[in-house]
Formats: sequence, structure tokens, C-alpha cells
Amino acid sequence: MSNYTDKIREISERLLKQGKVDMVIGFKKGTVPMMNEPCFVKKPEDISKLVWDSHCGINLANYLTDRKEKIGVIAKGCDSRNIVTHVIENKIKREQLFIIGVPCEGMIDRRKIASMFQTGSETEILSVAEQNGKIIVRTKDGEKTSERADLLQKNCALCVHRNPVIYDELVAEPVAEQKNIDRYADIREIEAMPPDQKWQYFDDLFSACIRCYACRNACPLCYCPTCFVDESRPQWVGKSTDPIDTKTFHFLRAYHCAGRCTDCGSCERVCPVGINMRVLTRKLEKDCFESFGWEAGLSLEQRPPLDVYKTNDPEDFIK
Amino acid sequence: MSANWEPKIVAFFCNWCTYGAADLAGVSRMQYPPNIRVIRIPCSGRMSPKFILSAFRNGADGVWVSGCHPGDCHYLEGNYYARRKFSLFKNLIEYMGIEPGRLHFSWISSAEATKFVEVVTGVTDAVRALGPHEKFVKTNVKVA
Repeated sequence: MSNYTDKIREISERLLKQGKVDMVIGFKKGTVPMMNEPCFVKKPEDISKLVWDSHCGINLANYLTDRKEKIGVIAKGCDSRNIVTHVIENKIKREQLFIIGVPCEGMIDRRKIASMFQTGSETEILSVAEQNGKIIVRTKDGEKTSERADLLQKNCALCVHRNPVIYDELVAEPVAEQKNIDRYADIREIEAMPPDQKWQYFDDLFSACIRCYACRNACPLCYCPTCFVDESRPQWVGKSTDPIDTKTFHFLRAYHCAGRCTDCGSCERVCPVGINMRVLTRKLEKDCFESFGWEAGLSLEQRPPLDVYKTNDPEDFIK
Repeated sequence: MSANWEPKIVAFFCNWCTYGAADLAGVSRMQYPPNIRVIRIPCSGRMSPKFILSAFRNGADGVWVSGCHPGDCHYLEGNYYARRKFSLFKNLIEYMGIEPGRLHFSWISSAEATKFVEVVTGVTDAVRALGPHEKFVKTNVKVA
């Protein structure tokens, strides 16, 4: 996948030189390994900043909201689905975009890399390289190698839309989609718990949350001018790290993503304390699929599930 | 739980139907449990998840949302949209550990005073059986 870089640069340079786009949104190397940063390239001479490797997990659709210029954007499967969501929610026009599609084989979970080393030890990771499906991690004490497939982000391991759903140009041939994936095994496990155990599960899950809102900020769906957590009159959600306030926040954050979340994993990826808040968004994803037959971001023609209705929608829960 | 504990239930009623049914039950002198605190909303489509969470956070033992039958909405389709939101909401809040039986939904037209009495009795019994709600309550909250 890392050989995509040349092709991305070539396409981006052509687009900028021909004036087809005003800028290209992609990734550049971060200051530490595994931390690629979003990068806005506006001049052809800066094109060499753009890179592509297995650490481009952030969702670039997040940077398109309400943009007015013509933009070339690099899109993995999940980014492209979020671009579709953006287009149907009128946050950007399709005509403004030149989508450089990237068939994706999943991104690497930096926490899994860190856990290859003894926990607690302050081993600094100096570099992470990739070769023939293996990941080579170098520290000052030496090298460790592991299978790439074992180090994928959790959402990437469950991904069934690796190829972009819309694009203007692909950087490589589409990759094979993963088949026979059971996306909701853990969700069903929680569903089967008795209420008190569920409550305890989520208590434990969110106990580390510091309410930094990184999950909200990294999420391409979260673009309200005033977020519900910032409202103060009336103030629906407490701002403290009280467990109930934290739960209310996570509940509403997930609920706002109902029928829109593509499970790109940005929220979990950016969480400084590694909370798996995707168990909430994926529950909604599962319900949307089971109740309304909906998968987010697959078509520009269909309206999202909470924007339409059927007269025979499920209502066994209503008296 | 003290022996004379009574559940507090916050009831959100659509102005055009269930609120009318409650009114009709009242003027017809029908008997029903006095555990509901009624909040009138313009349409069940006006319900926001924040309202329900807020009720629970402030100590409600149960929440009940009721609107017009599908097809009867004063605004033609408000309750159809609401139905989709409610279905996801109910699943999610029960997924997080609120007991099934705390949150209720119903369709009651303004002529159905008998159904209103049946449902309010049913809702109160269900919440009473569960006992006081302690999970989503913000304990140190100061309500002005």
C-alpha cells in the first residue's frame, strides 16, 4: 500500500498544475512515527509532502465541511462513504471535489504496536516500516517484526468497504473486499447481558474518559455550529467528568451519528485514553441495518434513514 | 425503597391526540394512577433524545412518550419520523443498561380515553415493578 505515494503525488501535481483543484487534502509525515497529519497542499512544488502508508487513519472528509474552493481529496473506503454523507447533507458539492480513491487494506493500530513491547517500559518507537505484509518496528534495543494482519485497527479488521464507493481516479486496482465478516459479535454479546451488567460494562468503558472531545472533533459527522455539549441555555448535558455526564455525552454523541456513521474508527483512533466508543455507534449501525436496511454512505441518491420513513416501519415497541 | 414509594413518570404528550385523550379521560371522571407528570409537546416529532435523557437525569423513574396513530398526525408525517428515532433511541438506551419497562411509547388518539387509562395504568405498573430508577440519575444535580 505504501507504493501509492508516487501515484498520489503524480495525480495531485497534475490536478494542481492544470488548475482543476485549488488544493489537495492528503497526509504528510508527522513528527513522530505512526502519527501522520492531514496536509493541505496548494502549490505544485509542495507536492512532495504528500505520503501514503498504513498510518493514514484519520478521516479526511472532516476537512471538507462547508469548503467553498475546488478540492482534490484522497479517500479510502471509509472516507469516500463519509464524503457521500457530506454530499447528501449539503456540506459540500460533488462538483467541487476531485476524489482520489485509495483502495485500502486497513490501517495499523498504534496501540497494538505499542503493546508489542513490555507494558510500562518507556520504549520509544523509532520507526515503523512495512515489507511484504510484515511490520518491522525499530526501537533503540532492536527490531521486532509482526504480521500486518494482526496489527490492524479494530474497525479495519471488520471493514467490508475497503474500496472507495465514489471516486474520480483510483491510485491502484481495487483490493479484494473482506468476505464473511461478522461485524457485530461483540455487540450481540453486550445485548445479551442483563441490564445491570450492561450498565457496569459502560461504567467501566467510559471510566477513563476525560471529556476532551477528541472523538467529536475527529468525527466527520460532527459539524453542528453549536455542539450540544457547548449549549448552556438550556444545558442538556453536564460538562463535568461525572460518570452520568460522561455517559450522557457518549450516548448523545453516538445517537447523533445514527444512520450516518461509517465506522471509520477516527473517534477511537484519536482517543487519548483508548476508549472503544464504537460499541455505541456500531449498535446504531446494526439497528439501522436491521430495522431500515440502511448502510451509510453507499449512494448519493438515497436519503439517510432518519430523513425518510416507511408506513410499515417496525413498531412492536409502541403500545 | 420505602413502603409508600410511588414512581414518578414524565409523560410527553402530543398536543393533538394523547393530550386530548388525557383531557377526555379527566372530564369523563375516569380513574387512573396519578403518577404521571404531563408535558405537552406540539407533535411526537418534536421529541428530542435530550428530553428523555434529561428526565432520567433529573430523577424520573419512567418516561412515556405518546402521540397520534400513524397516518393521523396533525402535521401529516411527524410521527412517522418520530417512530424511527424512537426505535433507535429505545434500543440504544436499553443497550446501555436502562431496564426495558422504564421507557414507554404509545399511540393514543384524542377519542381513546379508555386506551389512555389502560396505558397509563400499564406504564405505572411496569415502572412500579422495577422500583426507583437509580442509573441515569445525576445525584448532585441542583435543579433551580
